[in-house]
Amino acid sequence: MKIQLRINGRTKESDVEPRKLLAYYLREDLGLTGTHIGCDTTNCGACTVLLDGKAVKSCTVLAVQADGCDVMTVEGLEGEDGLHPLQTAFWEEHGLQCGYCTPGVLMSGYALLQSNPQPSEAEIRSGISGNVCRCTGYVNIVKAIRSASAKLAGAADDTPSESAKEVAASGKKSD
Amino acid sequence: MFPNSFEYMAPTTLAEAVELMQRHEYDAKVLSGGQSLLPMMKLRMAAPPILIDINSIDELRGWKEESGFLRIGALTRHSELENAVELRDRYPLLAETAVWIADPLVRNRGTIGGSLAHADPASDWGAAMLALHARVEGIGSGGERQIPMDDFFVDTFTTALEETEIATAVLVPKPAGRTAGRYLKIERKAGDFAIAGLAIHVVLASDGTVAEAGFGICACGPVPLRGKRAEEYLLGKKLTPETIDDVSRMVPEDADPEDDLRGSAAYKRDVLRVFAERGLSDIAKELQGEGVVG
Repeated sequence: MKIQLRINGRTKESDVEPRKLLAYYLREDLGLTGTHIGCDTTNCGACTVLLDGKAVKSCTVLAVQADGCDVMTVEGLEGEDGLHPLQTAFWEEHGLQCGYCTPGVLMSGYALLQSNPQPSEAEIRSGISGNVCRCTGYVNIVKAIRSASAKLAGAADDTPSESAKEVAASGKKSD
Repeated sequence: MFPNSFEYMAPTTLAEAVELMQRHEYDAKVLSGGQSLLPMMKLRMAAPPILIDINSIDELRGWKEESGFLRIGALTRHSELENAVELRDRYPLLAETAVWIADPLVRNRGTIGGSLAHADPASDWGAAMLALHARVEGIGSGGERQIPMDDFFVDTFTTALEETEIATAVLVPKPAGRTAGRYLKIERKAGDFAIAGLAIHVVLASDGTVAEAGFGICACGPVPLRGKRAEEYLLGKKLTPETIDDVSRMVPEDADPEDDLRGSAAYKRDVLRVFAERGLSDIAKELQGEGVVG
């Protein structure tokens, strides 16, 4: 089946088999291997991407269902100026060890900060509850998201015309 | 992993979908949020030759209040009901339940119609819709019909919907007074299926007596079950510590749990009793103020 979608801002056209899952389409057809496949059974969240702005498990969406949609993968976080503040925060706060779950956690964290720029710790924990990390644990992941939230708010203060949300949406580094 | 090959169709109108369902009958399966169906297909527990994806049918989206009930379109995502601030006052059980379904990622995709049509014994929506005395609206070759929740779940993964019918909406009756709802669920880990779940819906009349009572139980039987004894007992009574104590002992009587890896039947019954007591005490505080009428 022919599909056309926007991935990280670029339009892609492909011919895919209906049974191909979005995660496999991203990795195999487009070479976007930042999206990881962990459990492949809708449990772990390693494959999380944004589909029309909503965080979803891409192992549980057919590629044909993304026809006409806007998809954002972890590769879309980095801007022209380098890593996104959320990515920098994971680096600084040691929010990862093996890194396997990280792309998914980043996308869930990004979606959370889009809808709730100043989340409480409880809201962060609930926001990433669909993402399983088996080595770092969640303490540093939560710290990293809090730190990114503060950075993005700071960036918003510097540019009063933009809300933190818009800064986050621009995918640019804040400093 | 990938499912068996299938033919994919994505109608944009309900009429078109109904026509496809009639043409393909047994071979066709409706794809809604896909958060249960796609994993089952990947694990080859399901292998429908034809998938009819209803996600492009706009008429199945959203909700509106009509005469006597709230009509929730089958394609409404769990996260939309979780965040629907305008429904909090009159339909509190919707957000109370939605937030317990799986995790935020699944809630962004899964739908209320798909969840009910899937008929999992641990269906959170199943328990809530029983408590709310809701009806499922379906459409097929014979036109539209409404199925009361009590008749909807036939058996595990089996509903009263015919092979060629599509669930189009859930109809939740408008409460006739001050309303409160609680959904209590215990799970082994965040986002898991329930070990036991209990949905409670209470409406008080102006004299403080219970005008509507609903109890929906999940993960404690082949299908979600209604706490009939508790409902009948509570009608017309006030929420006092004594009635709450009585009712909490009746709820497990309508459950039919089994021993399994999630716990023993006796444990699940006891969880339901505790949930009924906690949920009703909370509701009493909310509707009657701090001091429960003694």
